[in-house]
Amino acid sequence: FSGSFGEVYQTFHLSIYMSSNNKFSISPEMATQEVQPNETLSNLKAESDTLKTKLEDERAKLHDVELHQVAEKVDGLGQFIMKTRRTLKGHGNKVLCMDWCKDKRRIVSSSQDGKVIVWDAFTTNKEHAVTMPCTWVMACAYAPSGCAVACGGLDNKCSVYPLSLDKNENLAAKKKSVAMHTNYLSACSFTNSDMQILTSSGDGTCALWDVESGQLLQSFHGHAADVLCLDLAPSETGNTFISGGCDKKANVWDMRSGQCIQSFETHESDINSVRYYPSGDAFASGSDDATCRLYDLRADREVAIYSKESIIFGASSVDFSLSGRLLFGGYNDYTINVWDVLKGTRVSILFGHENRVSALRVSPDGTAFCSGSWDHTLRVWA
Amino acid sequence: MAQTSQDQSGVGTADPDEDSPNMILYRKIEQIVTRVQDETEGVPVRTVKSFLTKIPSVVTGTDIVQWMMKNLAIEDPGEAMHIGSLIAAQGYFFPISDHVLSLKDDGTFYRFQAPYFWPSNCWEPENTDYAIYLCKRTMQNKTRLELADYEAENLARLQRAFARKWEFIFMQAEAQVKIDRKKDRVERKILDSQERAFWDVHRPAPGCVNTTEVDIRKCRRMKNTQRAKKSVYGLIEEAQSHSPVHTSSLARKGTKEAIEKEIVFLNTQLDRHCMKMSKVAESLMSYTEQYQEYDPFVVSPEPSNPWTTDDTSFWELEASNDPGQQRVRKWGFSLEETLKDPAGRDQFLKFLESEFSSENLQFWLAVQDLKRLPLEKVADRAQEIWAEFLAEGAPSSINLDSHSYERTSHNLKDPGRYSYEDAQPETEQQGRRTSLEKFTRSVGKSLTGKRLTGLMQSS
Repeated sequence: FSGSFGEVYQTFHLSIYMSSNNKFSISPEMATQEVQPNETLSNLKAESDTLKTKLEDERAKLHDVELHQVAEKVDGLGQFIMKTRRTLKGHGNKVLCMDWCKDKRRIVSSSQDGKVIVWDAFTTNKEHAVTMPCTWVMACAYAPSGCAVACGGLDNKCSVYPLSLDKNENLAAKKKSVAMHTNYLSACSFTNSDMQILTSSGDGTCALWDVESGQLLQSFHGHAADVLCLDLAPSETGNTFISGGCDKKANVWDMRSGQCIQSFETHESDINSVRYYPSGDAFASGSDDATCRLYDLRADREVAIYSKESIIFGASSVDFSLSGRLLFGGYNDYTINVWDVLKGTRVSILFGHENRVSALRVSPDGTAFCSGSWDHTLRVWA
Repeated sequence: MAQTSQDQSGVGTADPDEDSPNMILYRKIEQIVTRVQDETEGVPVRTVKSFLTKIPSVVTGTDIVQWMMKNLAIEDPGEAMHIGSLIAAQGYFFPISDHVLSLKDDGTFYRFQAPYFWPSNCWEPENTDYAIYLCKRTMQNKTRLELADYEAENLARLQRAFARKWEFIFMQAEAQVKIDRKKDRVERKILDSQERAFWDVHRPAPGCVNTTEVDIRKCRRMKNTQRAKKSVYGLIEEAQSHSPVHTSSLARKGTKEAIEKEIVFLNTQLDRHCMKMSKVAESLMSYTEQYQEYDPFVVSPEPSNPWTTDDTSFWELEASNDPGQQRVRKWGFSLEETLKDPAGRDQFLKFLESEFSSENLQFWLAVQDLKRLPLEKVADRAQEIWAEFLAEGAPSSINLDSHSYERTSHNLKDPGRYSYEDAQPETEQQGRRTSLEKFTRSVGKSLTGKRLTGLMQSS
């Protein structure tokens, strides 16, 4: 029953954050309102619906063929032998998130028990461990330099911890609070440098922060519900990122202007994960509607859907292999399904985890992927 | 006692948000279970004679597995067992002789759960209900109702926790026993097993997954804070649960401003020039094809994948300053690939210096770095870049068209991370078009003495 005390503690903290000064202003939309029963509003709705239909018609005109039809001429992939090559044990509760270091072997993971662990996944040694002041650390990320990690969750913040070479040093002492949201932190990612962090939150927004000063550089409003995931465009010059939320929408954002430049709404439930296709021209999403989908930014459209009658549990996290030919999906039915992106078929199903798969990332050089699960472990597959 | 999620999930309700992720799942499972029990299309649910008794209303594990393979397009019985086990673990059918909810592909008997106990009814049974249940089990003299070790432990713990309320609980248990006795024998057998299966879901046996645990991010939509939690045995709760619920700070979609914004957005989208699907498909396919040989999941890396052989040679080769043919070929794919590889970047810069044209790339790299600096350093660095590359008599002077020059000069009045956005495209494209081709050609020559084919890909 000690868990319930912990959660009461959380509520107390939440209420403090919600009433304190926030770094960005709360937009007028944030006050809950009834739909006004007046003429102008229903006219506007009608206009909006007409435009949506028109847009759908325009896009449909360009849909001259299906991806999997064109892909018939591509060679099929051979049989895959993917096995668990490493199992990382050490978390005391559900693993919620993980990220790879650029060195292709180190991993940071975070858990419901409040612990953030840095591992050398190749040797399975734990190199650092931090205890966060909150439970449910839902987001963690490795800095590009490999010298720091960022994490956060129910504390509504994103904090950066420099990784000390001195094993005895208390990492928590050097912690830097960077981001501040008004609800849980769902995801975080460094941009191309250690100096900026992009965050997404249950408060429905994403935000870009300057790490050194903690200053908000840009905020992104547009989702109508919790934002659950984000991914930065792979290009060095890319100034865009994608986000997915409980409003079933996947949005593409301009980091410079804060504007939403494209939006996709074809999923039937929460979007738990979004990941760019390696060229940056498309992205995949995983949802509680038990499907993964591929959206192309140039066609401004969903171009493939990865689903099976036997897959009824939600997809929690997705990532591409290096060439973009394979899409790995971690699901709430404890399995990982491997999809042929072009042909739309499933090439493999991987068993092993004993509870939901909650996180999945391919390593920076594509030699392996790591999955984190509610069964308290992480597995590296190759 | 198995820790359930009810500590953080708030108050239960009989009117859940139909759209919530859990409900979507339950509806799918319920469709499947209904089909499995269908008289014509499903598995025959029958009474089995066993020694001196009859076992009512059962199917075998194999029956279910076979049905699932046929009706859900599953090829592997292992997969069918896995999905079946999950459906059992959620509480929709159960083995009649085991607390462990899983599906086996054999003659083990399974029974379907009563809709009253379905998870879609949003049960969050309190410990008082569980105490009543365990207590009444001890009152009945039947071997099949004997408590398992973990249940006996749970009961002992509950007796301590509810010491003051125990008389009340005991009375409730007695009342339940009375009600049960009135039922028909066969019906009782079935109901007893269904009730036990219900508790196997909400108070799982040690080592079993607790499928009632919720993802805390999805919690708030499943709960109605106004209503009290329902009791399995019809008790009226005196006090509401005090568990915290994450309150929503978001607007509903219907506001005027939101729709106006949406209309603007839709109009912008209508003006967007989009690519045909056939072109998109070709593009995706050619990118994938180009990179496929570098994809360790498709083509095994040389000499081996470190993760499968524990041999790190592959990583050492990739990090070395003496790149192999395959790695060099990748540089030709795009400027980005060249710059991503430290060896590529070094060699490209050296090459450009030898051609006396490295300023463009230097400028481009400096502008990229500008975007990555901490905020307080940005303004100064932006000025430094101007002085180095664009000012009158700059040491590494580059060419911009007059329009870009004007705009950039204007931007620098209030220097920021994006001050050089208007200058970039020009120099970037110049870099890509001319230099990269020459570079890859020259590296190719020096590496192998012959031209490498397929290098002429400019991005």
